[in-house]
Amino acid sequence: MTATAPAPAPAPGADGADGTDERLLGRSPLRKLLGRPELGSVVGAIAVFVFFAFAADSFVRGSSLSTVLYASSTIGIMAVPVALLMIGGEFDLSAGVLVTSSALISSMFSYQMTANVWVGVGVSLLVTLAIGAFNGFMLTRTRLPSFIITLGTYLMLTGMNLGFTQLIDGTVSTKSIADMDGFDSARALFASRFTLGGVGFRITILWWLALVVVATWILLRTRAGNWIFAAGGSRDAARAVGVPVARTKIGLYMGVALGAWIVGQHLLFSYDAVQSGEGVGNELIYIIAAVIGGCLITGGYGSAVGSAIGALIFGMTSKGIVFAEWDPDWFKFFLGAMLLLATLLNAWVRKRAEATA
Amino acid sequence: MTTKGDGVTDGGGEDTPADAAGAVDAAGAVDAQGGPLVRLDGVSKHYGNVRALEGVTLEVHAGEISCVLGDNGAGKSTLIKIIAGLHRHDAGSFRIEGEETTLGSPREALDRGIATVYQDLAVVPLMPVWRNFFLGSEPTRGKGPFRRLDVPFMRATTHAELRRMGIDLRDVDQPIGTLSGGERQCVAIARAVYFGAKVLVLDEPTAALGVKQSGVVLKYVAAARDAGLGVVLITHNPHHAYLVGDRFVLLKRGVMAGSHTRDEITLDELTRQMAGGSELDDLRHELERAPAPAHLGGRATKSA
Ligand SMILES: Nc1ncnc2c1ncn2[C@@H]1O[C@H](COP(=O)(O)OP(=O)(O)O)[C@@H](O)[C@H]1O
Ligand SMILES: [Mg+2]
Repeated sequence: MTATAPAPAPAPGADGADGTDERLLGRSPLRKLLGRPELGSVVGAIAVFVFFAFAADSFVRGSSLSTVLYASSTIGIMAVPVALLMIGGEFDLSAGVLVTSSALISSMFSYQMTANVWVGVGVSLLVTLAIGAFNGFMLTRTRLPSFIITLGTYLMLTGMNLGFTQLIDGTVSTKSIADMDGFDSARALFASRFTLGGVGFRITILWWLALVVVATWILLRTRAGNWIFAAGGSRDAARAVGVPVARTKIGLYMGVALGAWIVGQHLLFSYDAVQSGEGVGNELIYIIAAVIGGCLITGGYGSAVGSAIGALIFGMTSKGIVFAEWDPDWFKFFLGAMLLLATLLNAWVRKRAEATA
Repeated sequence: MTTKGDGVTDGGGEDTPADAAGAVDAAGAVDAQGGPLVRLDGVSKHYGNVRALEGVTLEVHAGEISCVLGDNGAGKSTLIKIIAGLHRHDAGSFRIEGEETTLGSPREALDRGIATVYQDLAVVPLMPVWRNFFLGSEPTRGKGPFRRLDVPFMRATTHAELRRMGIDLRDVDQPIGTLSGGERQCVAIARAVYFGAKVLVLDEPTAALGVKQSGVVLKYVAAARDAGLGVVLITHNPHHAYLVGDRFVLLKRGVMAGSHTRDEITLDELTRQMAGGSELDDLRHELERAPAPAHLGGRATKSA
């Protein structure tokens, strides 16, 4: 939870700077490492990598790496804000279908209302953020558990995704927007590829990395980050010292909505149409990635980097099974076992770290 | 470059407004100079049809400790939640430095110089000590998107402030939950003093602590008083109260059962009033076996 990256140079003239205890520097590197929330997931990721490297020769090729990273990134883009939300002490069960909603809104608005997809993309951003704000607002107003609130949103969005698509397009999928203005530029932003060392990668990987960096900065180096940890760690204590808990939580739900918008646009512009029934069940995968990455299910602890590694474990497992030419049915088993192992390891690591304090 | 307590305005605002405070005549008004920092007059609070507090009067003066004593459920916490801005009073008057006030949020109370340390929710256990110390009032540097926590300053200040109160932490990065209960209370008190609180409210700071740790906490309470703060100390232990207190208010089922200054009352009398009736003999028996740990605090004791 605490930064181990080199801290910014001490402010010149910051009074009390000389008060730094030299013993702080003596903090054992091992304890620092054990104190990191993502430690368990790093160990897990290495284990999974080694396992599939032996199980499938093709797993260690550059093109396989690209496939794994792509699968990881579409989960990871969502796992990052979901992890922040979990650190803030809440869940979002609507996160999976919100991705589909975001893509549908963008596609339908573009097709029905205008000739330029960018208008649809913009409207989709606003509506998706509004849905996130609605989740947060309902939560902080009613003080019901987020499980209930977002289960409600999840069901409503699932119904609306199917219902509106049926109503407007008459089927379960939207019409193609491939020939509309702005499609190519939008595709370049959300669904293009780039080449690195002779291997083609999907642009979602860059979105994912950028989100991890920004989320880590927010968590560890801004006031908002302090508030997120506090809101999840002890809501009442946070409120009592003046932390705007309600505002923080609404912001976190809007963060999840932002992730849903990015992934939604990627889905839309990877192809040119959206299936209205997609996304159901993905919310659990995001939560699993965050938990494998060291987020405490009760809030107050975790990291964005951990969620990224959780997503990477997910990507390696789902694709590794394919490369090893096993029945993909085994994937869920692996994921479940991984979740249990990672959670146990995390709990153990945290106990060790705190016991030695 | 570093700012204290800037810019945080939203305290959550999660409380619904209570009925307007009943107006009380201005007889209690005092000039801001010599008068009490906080004065409650005939304050009442109802939770639905539960009458948690009825007609309670309390004064808090700079450099003095006002103790609120009472059994469980007597309304002590309710009283301080009104002072801390968590609840609004239904009737009576609440003056801060002579000015009639209704606080809407803990943030508002903080901005008026009232800091509250709750027994169980003083800190966020999993967060490092230095993050807890500045929680809600984090100093930042840099501009725009690069506005960031002034981490070196935060760490150094936390360390220095705690050392000033006699707590020498090996590592301000350790989760505050790994400190002892007494140390956590002390961090919370040090934080209140550092952020320039005028009034420090402590809800049963010694309730969960052993004798020795209670002594340590009482020493910091006395230190805060010596630094010129007005302190409200909630306790159900008359011994702890009498060690440091200047004024004593007794609550019984939401109503005042007594209000005394130190020179009006002895420890025995205070204990008698606290216990009352048949419980008294049991209690006296108990107290004879465990005499007050006078060396741990008291008026004369100055903190390190
Ligand atoms: N939020 C609340 N809603 C309803 N009743 C409450 C609430 N808080 C406290 N009470 C009641 O008010 C009375 C006083 O409680 P409290 O102020 O917590 O007592 P103390 O701190 O002295 O133990 C108790 O009877 C308690 O049950
Ligand atoms: Mg209480």
